[in-house]
Amino acid sequence: MAKLIDRGQLQDLVARGAQLVEVLSAKEYEEDHLPGARSIPLRDINRESAASLDPHRPVIVYCWDSA
Amino acid sequence: MAPRAAARLELLGFTDVSHYKAGKLDWMAAGLPTEGENAARPRAGTVARKDVPVCSLTDRVGDVRDRARAARWDAAVAVDPNRVVLGLLRAGELAKDPDMLIEQAMRPGPSTFRPYVPIKEMADYMTEHKLECSPVTTSDGKLVGLLLKSDAVKEAEGCPDCVRKMI
Repeated sequence: MAKLIDRGQLQDLVARGAQLVEVLSAKEYEEDHLPGARSIPLRDINRESAASLDPHRPVIVYCWDSA
Repeated sequence: MAPRAAARLELLGFTDVSHYKAGKLDWMAAGLPTEGENAARPRAGTVARKDVPVCSLTDRVGDVRDRARAARWDAAVAVDPNRVVLGLLRAGELAKDPDMLIEQAMRPGPSTFRPYVPIKEMADYMTEHKLECSPVTTSDGKLVGLLLKSDAVKEAEGCPDCVRKMI
């Protein structure tokens, strides 16, 4: 089960090498995303797209809010 | 959406997955920088005037009006000691009895907007709802500045609509 983190924990994890993934649509990502985040929309998460992530580093996912 | 994404990644073998539950909205409401097409476009927080006069509930209308006029303003924002917005005074409120307390004269609980709202959306909203000025605040209610409709409309010229509405 994924850990729930807040903004401060996110900043700490990113500073220590975590990978940020925005799971909203590509268009929403293009408008605004957190610095350094990559776009993998929810519907596109599969073995191929996940291969762009380093499995040995933490991954943080986010969307707009808690939905 | 993000919990499902996290679950999917875990099923794909990722063992250290976290979910930033408050999401992009929380990040932007905190005034932190973003990347992308909108990053360089004006937003409510960048266009809002930061030099708007502020006052407390126990100030007198006449004193606040004099201060506002001296600063070439016909509006003021009532705030608490932490700059949390409590009320708005426009020309009509500032013209009330000079001895009246701000608490009695102000328009309490004005609609406030977050700094990240694109200026095009703000301009459209303020025009549609006939808002001449609106306080822009952080997510915890602290005053960032006062956004004038005239400034918003001017800055919005040429700005495209965004995919997601933020008001």
